[in-house]
Amino acid sequence: MRSVFAVNETQHSDDHHTPAVLSATKLRKLYGETIAVEDVSFTVGRNEIVGLLGPNGAGKTTTINMILGVLQPGSGTISIEGVDIATRRSEALQRTNFAAAYAPLPGNLTVYQNLRFFGLLYGAGDLQERIQRLLKEFDLERLRNVKCGVLSSGEQTRATLAKAMLNDPQLLLLDEPTASLDPATAREIRVKIRAFASRGEVGVLWTSQNMYEVEEVCNRVLFLSRGKILLEGDPKTLPREHGKETLEELFIAVAREPLSLKV
Amino acid sequence: MSIRRISAIVLRQFYLLRGSPARLLPIIAWVAIDIVLWGFITRYLNAIASSGFNFVSLLLGAVLFWDFCSRIMHGVTTAFLEDVWSRNFLNIFATPLSIPEYLAGLVITSFATGLMALVVMLVLAATVFGLSFFVYGAALIPFLLVLFLFGIAIGIVGCAIVLRFGPASEWLVWPIPALLSPLAGVFYPVETLPHWMQYLSRLLPPSYVFEGMRTIVSGGGAPGSTLVWGGCLAALYVLLACWLFTRTYRLAVRTGLIARYSAESVG
Repeated sequence: MRSVFAVNETQHSDDHHTPAVLSATKLRKLYGETIAVEDVSFTVGRNEIVGLLGPNGAGKTTTINMILGVLQPGSGTISIEGVDIATRRSEALQRTNFAAAYAPLPGNLTVYQNLRFFGLLYGAGDLQERIQRLLKEFDLERLRNVKCGVLSSGEQTRATLAKAMLNDPQLLLLDEPTASLDPATAREIRVKIRAFASRGEVGVLWTSQNMYEVEEVCNRVLFLSRGKILLEGDPKTLPREHGKETLEELFIAVAREPLSLKV
Repeated sequence: MSIRRISAIVLRQFYLLRGSPARLLPIIAWVAIDIVLWGFITRYLNAIASSGFNFVSLLLGAVLFWDFCSRIMHGVTTAFLEDVWSRNFLNIFATPLSIPEYLAGLVITSFATGLMALVVMLVLAATVFGLSFFVYGAALIPFLLVLFLFGIAIGIVGCAIVLRFGPASEWLVWPIPALLSPLAGVFYPVETLPHWMQYLSRLLPPSYVFEGMRTIVSGGGAPGSTLVWGGCLAALYVLLACWLFTRTYRLAVRTGLIARYSAESVG
C-alpha cells in the first residue's frame, strides 16, 4: 500500500535522471469557500499512463484544467518536461495536448479545417503530411470534408483524438475520452492511445469512470476524493491491498467512505 | 509573437466566411443598404435645399465613415463570438496561443472584412450617388486610420465585456456604435450638443474625424493637429482595450470562467 505522500518514490522519471513529463506540486484551488483541490502532488513519467480517478466533483477536471493552463492554481506549481506553466505558458503547452468529451472540436469547421487550425496553433511541423497520417490512423479520411458538428459521438471522439496528437505531445491529457462510446469503439480508441503512449517518451494522464478500462490501460492510478489524493498504486494490485476484489469496488469505497481508506 | 498562431486565427475566420454565405452577406449587405438609404436621403435634401449645398459629401460621407468604424468593431467582436458560439474557449486557450496573438488575429480578420465593406460602400457611393473622395483630399487616409483604430478599441472592449459577463451580454455589445454616434458628431457639428456632452464628444476620436470632414467640405483646410490628437487618442484606447481584455482574461483564468464558460455558468 502506497500513500500519496510517497509519490516521489514512484517517479518513473527518476530512473532516467530526467525530469518527469508532468510534475504537479502541492496544487490547491478554492472556488469561494469550497475546496476543489488541496495539496495535490503527483508526477507522470515517460511511457507511463496514469489514471486519475474519483467520483464526480472529486477535483479531476479542476486538476486537468490547471495543467492545461486554463485555470490558475491558488498555490502550487506545474511543470511539463521541466517547463513551468506559470512562467513559460506557451512553451509548456507546446509539449501538451488534450482530448475531453466535453470539449468537442468546433462543429462549424470540417475535420480537415479543424486539424489545420489546431495544427498551426500547436506549431506542428510538416502539417499537411501529419494531418494526412492522422486522418488515416483515426479512420477519418472519408470524413475529411465533413463538418465536425454532424459527426457521430465516436467520429467526434476520433477527430478530437487526432487533434490531440497533432503536435506529438510529450504529455497527453485525456478526460473521459471514451465516455458515451460503444464498447467496440471504446476498445479501438484504447488501442490507439496505448500505441501512441508506447512510442517515444510520452506520458498520459487519463480520467475515466470505467474501472475495467482503467485496469486495462493504466500503469498507475491516483484516487482523488474531495480534492485530495487518497491512494496511489498499480490498478491491478491496489484493490487487494485495500481488501477489495476489484477496482470498481475500491472506487465505490473511496466515493462513499474516503476516510476509512486514508493512510 | 508567433506569425503561425496569428495566421491560424485568421485562417479559422476565412474558413468560416468561405463556408457560409450567411456570414459573408452581412459584411456587405447592411453597409450597402445604409449607403442606398442615405444616398436617396441626400439626393432628396439636395433637391429641396435652396442653398445649393451638396449634402452627398457631408451626410453620405459621414454615413460611410461611421459604417466603416462600426464594421471594424463588429469584425473584431464577431470573430471573438465565433469562439463563444462554438464553445471553443477550452480548446483554444489550452493551446500555446498567447493573448496578444489572439487579439492580433482578431484585428487582422476585422481589417480584411472591414476592407471588403469599405470597397462596397466606396463603389456604391461613387457610382450611384456621385460621392467623390477627392473632396477629402489626403485627409481621407488619416480619417480612415483614426476610425479603424477606434473601431478596434471598442471591438476589443466588446470582447472583454462578453468574456466577463457571459454570452448573453453580446446584446450589450452590438449597439455600442449606435450609443456612441450621437456623441461622435457623425451628422452634426459637436457644438450642436449641450455643453456637458461636448466634453464627452472630445473624448471620442471619431468626433475629430467628422469635425475635420465638415471643415473640408465647407471649404476649410485639412485639420492636421486635431487629427493627430484624434489619432493619438484612438491609439491610446487600443492599448487600454488590450489591457482591459488581458486583465479580464487573467481574471477568467483565476476564477475558472474560461474552463467553465457557457451561458449557464456566467452570472
